[in-house]
Amino acid sequence: MTSSNGAHDAHGAPGTTADNADHPQGGGAPNPPQAPVAQPGESLAREAWRRLRHNRAAMASLILLVLMTIICIAGPWFLPWDLAEVDWNAFGVAPTLEGQHWLGTDANGRDLLTRTLYGGRVSLSVALVATLVSLVIGVLYGAISGYMGGRVDNLMMRFVDIMYSLPFMFLVILLMVVFGRNIFLIYAAIGAVEWLDMARIVRGQTLSLKRREFIEAAHALGVRDSKIVTRHLIPNSIGPVIIYVTLTVPKVILLESFLSFLGLGVQEPLTSWGVLISEGTSNMQGAPWMLIVPAAFLAVTLFCLNFLGDGLRDALDPRTR
Amino acid sequence: MTDTTLSRLPACRRHRLLKRIALATLLLSLAVPGMAATLRIDNSAEPGTLDPQKTSGVWEARIVRELFETLVSQDPEGEQVPGLASHWQLSDDGLTWTFTLRDDARWSDGQPVTASDAVFSLRRLLSPEIAAHNANLYYPIQNARAVNAGKANPATLGVHAVDDHHLEIRLERPTAWFLQAMAMPEAAPLPEHVLEADGERWVMPGHTVVSGPFTLSEWSPQDHITLDKNEHYYDAGEVALDEVILYPLEESAAALNRFRTGALDISYTSVPGGRFEKLRQELGNALRVSPLVAEYFYMFNVRPDSPLSDIRIREALNLATRREVITEQLLGMGQTPSYWLVPRVTSGGTQGELPMAQMSMNERMARARELMKAAGFGPNHPLGLTLRYNTLEDHKKIAVALAAMWQPLGVEVSLINTEAISHYAAIREGDFQLARYGMSATLNDPYDFLGSYTTGSSAARSSGYHDDTYDRLVEQSSEAIDPSARVELLTRAQQRLLDDYALLPLYDYVNTALVSERVHGWESSPMDVHPLRYISIEE
Amino acid sequence: MLSYIAKRLAMAIPTLLIVITASFFLMRVAPGGPFDGERQLPPEIEANLMAAYHLDEPLPMQYLRYMGNLFQGDFGPSFKYKDFSVTDLIAQGFPVSLELGGLAIALALLLGIPMGVMAALKRNSTVDYLLMGTALGGIAVPNFVIAPLMALFFGVILGWLPVGGWNGGALPNLVLPVVALAIQQIAYIARMMRASMIEVLGSHFIRTARAKGLNERQVIWRHALRPAMLPVLSYLGPAIAGIITGSVVIEQIFGLPGIGRYFVQGALNRDYTLVMGTVVFYGVLIVLMNLIVDLLYSLFDPQIRYDD
Repeated sequence: MTSSNGAHDAHGAPGTTADNADHPQGGGAPNPPQAPVAQPGESLAREAWRRLRHNRAAMASLILLVLMTIICIAGPWFLPWDLAEVDWNAFGVAPTLEGQHWLGTDANGRDLLTRTLYGGRVSLSVALVATLVSLVIGVLYGAISGYMGGRVDNLMMRFVDIMYSLPFMFLVILLMVVFGRNIFLIYAAIGAVEWLDMARIVRGQTLSLKRREFIEAAHALGVRDSKIVTRHLIPNSIGPVIIYVTLTVPKVILLESFLSFLGLGVQEPLTSWGVLISEGTSNMQGAPWMLIVPAAFLAVTLFCLNFLGDGLRDALDPRTR
Repeated sequence: MTDTTLSRLPACRRHRLLKRIALATLLLSLAVPGMAATLRIDNSAEPGTLDPQKTSGVWEARIVRELFETLVSQDPEGEQVPGLASHWQLSDDGLTWTFTLRDDARWSDGQPVTASDAVFSLRRLLSPEIAAHNANLYYPIQNARAVNAGKANPATLGVHAVDDHHLEIRLERPTAWFLQAMAMPEAAPLPEHVLEADGERWVMPGHTVVSGPFTLSEWSPQDHITLDKNEHYYDAGEVALDEVILYPLEESAAALNRFRTGALDISYTSVPGGRFEKLRQELGNALRVSPLVAEYFYMFNVRPDSPLSDIRIREALNLATRREVITEQLLGMGQTPSYWLVPRVTSGGTQGELPMAQMSMNERMARARELMKAAGFGPNHPLGLTLRYNTLEDHKKIAVALAAMWQPLGVEVSLINTEAISHYAAIREGDFQLARYGMSATLNDPYDFLGSYTTGSSAARSSGYHDDTYDRLVEQSSEAIDPSARVELLTRAQQRLLDDYALLPLYDYVNTALVSERVHGWESSPMDVHPLRYISIEE
Repeated sequence: MLSYIAKRLAMAIPTLLIVITASFFLMRVAPGGPFDGERQLPPEIEANLMAAYHLDEPLPMQYLRYMGNLFQGDFGPSFKYKDFSVTDLIAQGFPVSLELGGLAIALALLLGIPMGVMAALKRNSTVDYLLMGTALGGIAVPNFVIAPLMALFFGVILGWLPVGGWNGGALPNLVLPVVALAIQQIAYIARMMRASMIEVLGSHFIRTARAKGLNERQVIWRHALRPAMLPVLSYLGPAIAGIITGSVVIEQIFGLPGIGRYFVQGALNRDYTLVMGTVVFYGVLIVLMNLIVDLLYSLFDPQIRYDD
């Protein structure tokens, strides 16, 4: 289910629970390897990029994703219909190459291609912004917690545990119900939940990093704590974080679609892939295109994101060399 | 028994086979009496309670009616017929009802049903602790309002048992629709001797004592409820079904699937939208569509701070609304476009309609533009309005269509969709400009609709509507005992409300049910009441 | 060991208290109440209802009353399902959810782990792409799309399986919902397994094992598999808790009497007691699951060291 486990499946991702923090990278892999962290800088990125380029699935996915994004952003400008424009002569018509609605219309007589592209903007932006929110909160929180250690770390991780015990769906539903539904709230609500995993990962990274020579050297040289966190710890955790981001993006897209299915998505006339798909499922048998069109867009995007994520993981994780 | 094997066959063969089996089993059941007849119904939702006096939904009433018979009952078409009372009469001053109970009515534990059970039930219904949702329907009874407010002892309620078989109810003033209220499940007599002993949780499978044609034998929440035939029922010989299983399926697509595979005989969950024509072809007679005493409309907030306090804007919006597009293109289930508040199928024949019903669309648009211009709005100086609707696919379609229809007038609509509770809370608090509303009748009487717009009542409180003349007309109609005088008053009241453009009516609801062709005795009924005692099934 | 468990459980209590308190007040901030509906109640009747459920008392008073009852193990009556207590509802729904969720997880492990291992061994080959592509199918299509499609295809068109209903947990009724629930988990587990397997295979103790001349099969079965399964293990705790309470869509589509729906429906209906009950239940469940996973972890850990 997208709903709850979505928030938790990163327990499987590296170094998540407080108890196995000793195995930050491998989720318990024996003997943390001696050189898990490449030095920050160009070499790492270049090396990763070289390896990514050799992964055909990941590259194809990357190209498709870029294309999809461009189509969703620019596409609507070239289409004759507007997001909310009703064609009074075409309620729920099937896709046709002759008419004006290549991918058909929805039950309200609105062009489905236009709406799907607009929906893509919303879904992709939710994915991007929510992930970014989770990234910022999670990375800062995790880095501070890991770096400070001791009582502060304990307290901060306790809070994360509490957040975990709060049923996620319930939290999001309540947020929607209390504050009304709008897209910014969806960004924030999903982001506010997804940071938990990120925080745990970064904390694990930080814990292992801070015992290492270059951090101790920085200490010895009298570099300020805040600077150590931002200049050394965070950049050095970037690998696992990027991997995790590529896993979070598809999860967020699915979460958004699940919320839409529950009727808590974006407000009309705005739409998203999730909203379109949930409309489509209720018209599944009479008007299958209403489901197939947005579902295809969503599926392709998710496929690509996941393949790209795997590719990045392979490319960025030095031990998989 | 036949289900599992049958379901393995392809649909067409299955269909043929089903017919043959149906025929064979029909012959068999004629030959072998005593074979159990089971009816499986999708009841559309999980009942919140089966205590007749705490119910609030149709899906609850549907079960409760079978367990507890009312004094005044309903036949398959929804007409009033004798129930536990064999007859009743009203005194000439219209103030005293006398109900005569049947001699042979028994509780399922064998005890006789007496007039004092009815008195007990009505006192309980109006006591504040029970907090009955529909208690206000009984406020015409002497002292009822005070009892319900906790200001008077339930014993002071104007009901008493003349003897074991005669119940007398005294009203504060004549009330035309009171007999309707007595046909509600809330008013059914309750077994005093059981409630005294069992206390709060007396409606439990296995040991609930009932007076209706069925008993409650199983209740597994969110899964199913099983009713068994009540052998103590006075008319048990005429009840054809031995067992009824009710499922709380909310998803119309899921219910339809189960109906198609033969796992359901009746489904009360509406059918999935957007494919009605196809379904009609596929299901044929099994798809039953009939008008319902329920109205779909948009409520206007007419308070002074709302732009809709301007009657010209209310009229213009009404003019520019193409109701046929909504009923035919968006819904297409045979809903009637409506220019009134009281659904046409409501008993009593109340008339009255918005004047635009007779105008052409061009005339209407022209007048609408003029009105908007006079009110100071137009495409160059748009009027911003917010429109609220609760989460449901059809509500969304309609809201989107309305926004598009009003756009040419220079009305810019922002849609606000919330889940049901937030929606109704906003309506209750008057926190809206336009809000989708569905009013379904509790009683099959125009008062149920028109009464809500009288000062102090629900719709009036929400919308801020207030008109003394209207209030007076509705009140007079309620006290009018002569039917023709009453219709005239009601029609005048409705016309007054419509001349004020107090609301934006859209359509009269229809009820869609799936009823297998094996089921007999199921009739369309405007209140969606289908008593099981008249229903039989071919095995 | 026992003292560790006791300590963990003791630590869970303040966590739960905070969760309960936060949920209680958050729920009350939501607009409307349990008695708002299409049919607007006259004020005097609403007042009766509020009084009957103690909703007319000041909020802190209600909170204390709720906590008092809770300490006596009483979740109170449901507002929506008035004839049942919240305890009844959870007690009746949980076994259903447990059975569904348990079977789904079992199925996911049975399929996901071999898929992940195989993909890892044949990394970047056609087999890998095929397996991962299939697994991704489970993630790429939301389950509220897959489930009705399956019901339509296997239930209505082919007529092989019942399209819904619990039927006392009969096997044919279980198949579709369990598969629908498992699909996504299979995908997650396969991907996770693939990643951690690749990682383990690249680590130096495996290289050592190979250098010692062990054949590939021994390396994989005796040395790589167990450590590679650890991330899956730690995923299981929360996943089980999540799947058990989070199968709202599946329950709705197949008409099953689990507790997932109480979660969402309770919040949407403002059924305060039911929401609180499920929150408490979920909180306890997740605490227990995490504890079990951590205990299993500590059991697994020393063995890994021996292998070294």
